[in-house]
Amino acid sequence: MRSNPTSRGAQSLPAPVNTDVGLTGLSTWLYQHKRVAFALLVGPPIIWFGVVYLGSLVSLLANSFFRLDDFTGQVVRELGFQNFITIFEPANLDVVIRTVGMSVAVTLACGLIAFPMAFYMARYARGGMKAFLYVAVLLPLWSSYLVRLYSWKLLLAKEGVIAWTLNHLNMTWVLDSLLALPYVGGSSLSFSPLGTFLVFVYMWLPFMVLPIQAAIERIPSSCLEASADLGAKPGLTFRQIILPLAMPGVAAGSIFTFSLTLGDYIIPQVIGDSTLFIGQVVYMQQGTAGNVPFAAAFSIVPIVVVLLYLWFAKRRGAFDAL
Amino acid sequence: MASVEMQGVSCIFPSTSKEGKDVRAVDDVDLSINAGEFFTLLGPSGSGKTTCLRMIGGFVLPTSGTVRIEGADVTQLPPYSRPVNTVFQDYALFPHMTIAQNIAYGLMVKGVGTSERLKKAQAMLEMVALPDVGDRRPMQLSGGQRQRVALARALINEPKVLLLDEPLGALDLKLREQMQTELKSLQRRLGITFLFITHDQHEALSMSDRIGVFNNGKLEQVGTPQDLYNRPKTRFVAQFLGAANVLEGEASRQLTGAKIAMLRPEQISLGDPKKCSVVGVIDDVQYFGGYSRIRVGLRAFSAQHLTVDIPASNVDEQIRIGTEVGLKWGNEAVHAIQSH
Repeated sequence: MRSNPTSRGAQSLPAPVNTDVGLTGLSTWLYQHKRVAFALLVGPPIIWFGVVYLGSLVSLLANSFFRLDDFTGQVVRELGFQNFITIFEPANLDVVIRTVGMSVAVTLACGLIAFPMAFYMARYARGGMKAFLYVAVLLPLWSSYLVRLYSWKLLLAKEGVIAWTLNHLNMTWVLDSLLALPYVGGSSLSFSPLGTFLVFVYMWLPFMVLPIQAAIERIPSSCLEASADLGAKPGLTFRQIILPLAMPGVAAGSIFTFSLTLGDYIIPQVIGDSTLFIGQVVYMQQGTAGNVPFAAAFSIVPIVVVLLYLWFAKRRGAFDAL
Repeated sequence: MASVEMQGVSCIFPSTSKEGKDVRAVDDVDLSINAGEFFTLLGPSGSGKTTCLRMIGGFVLPTSGTVRIEGADVTQLPPYSRPVNTVFQDYALFPHMTIAQNIAYGLMVKGVGTSERLKKAQAMLEMVALPDVGDRRPMQLSGGQRQRVALARALINEPKVLLLDEPLGALDLKLREQMQTELKSLQRRLGITFLFITHDQHEALSMSDRIGVFNNGKLEQVGTPQDLYNRPKTRFVAQFLGAANVLEGEASRQLTGAKIAMLRPEQISLGDPKKCSVVGVIDDVQYFGGYSRIRVGLRAFSAQHLTVDIPASNVDEQIRIGTEVGLKWGNEAVHAIQSH
């Protein structure tokens, strides 16, 4: 930069910072070229999602239309709907219904348990109590999923903690009558759908508590005061204001619990009555059986179910308060 | 019968720290508001005026004392059992409902049928001059529009008393002045009691029938705007409402004859320093358009300054920092303050 020492105006101004060099120069250039800055920020995640994530989804979808040659065990790259027709065979349909039913039950149970907890955390707990509850909800997530799963195996086993406790309370009949129930019962808790359900609910509960808690915390207390001010008793305020405004949190939490249950293949393998879930079928088909096309087709099922679930939630107005 | 009555009402919040003292948010307040009155609680933030309103609305229960609305003791009643409605500072509109649903909420609670309550909500929207926004959501309205919706929602149940908690605080100056006029005329038309809260003295002076001035949890003085402005009982009231010169000690005794005296800036005028008994030097000049406010350091009392407002027509070249001026005022301009 050249300055003219005889010019009075230039003399009275402080020398401008040289913005042409080094990091300052780079940040100035980026400030002037906002689109480039934006592309640099957003580009990598877009590439990650676009190529790695969506790319594998597309190849999954493509694979689901291929078929396995039974004789050679080779994948035949010809498009066809045979895999999807096979899904509707009774044995496979049974797996789909069992998995979706379990997901719905787990989601409902998580919602029922999580809501009061989240409500208390958001609106009443203060200071130390709040910190304690946060840690209590999050702490299980810090330990290994498998450790927790096998701990539950010990709790639920025929000679496990629960059976032992009930035995000493002379309440074995409660457990026995529960296990005698059709569809949910079995030889012991760890070999029954009831046990699978309990472990699922335990595993995914934090994913339901946290979004609901966040949603309830966002409700301004003045809204609740306004409702009371206009004559609404607490029950009506709950139904008209708190519940609808907490709904996005419930929806977010239920998407977690629902899709996590839908895709899990380890819990039902360790705890349950050995009937199959979608995840297990996919795992077996692509592993042992080597039928990647059918595994791909079966993987589409949870995706479709979750999309249907989202569509239903949106129609019911779960996201209206967003 | 008073519309709202408070007798010996205190509200003490337990201290949050272990050794800290309890907070006396409202301290032994007696207050009686007449039916159909526009009554303003004025005070700086933290002075207890909002807690006072919240005790009338039922959001906070008093530690001691009695609150009556239309003669009925409501001290311990929850908000939903009180014949008052509130316009909240942040408007508190329900974000998941349309504007019409928001306004009709009070009727919905009462069990009024859908078509009738939507009809009434529309009438309320027309009253607040927003006939076309019924289907929108609160997020789609401007601050001023939300303010009007909050007002309509609070009025739909025809409350005996409307509580307004700094409702104009978030609006810009022009809109605030317009809303002041509208609120006042609405109150005259409906004839219901308005209990208005503000920390803005101009707002309080221009709108109220009577004002109660809060300071440190105590009600310092209650009176008409003229009362409070011309005859403040305490130094706090004198200085909180408008600008005031408060004279004390030797200066006060010699210049006014009172122990503590108040002189409003607009009641002092300038004169020839040779002919006036009070002489000083201008040490600050502020220009306000219609008038200029100058600060004069007195010759005789070096620690004492007087603020003087000079109408624009009287401002001339002489009004400059460093100029020596004479000051004069009539005896009726001096108001003796009874206490601190």
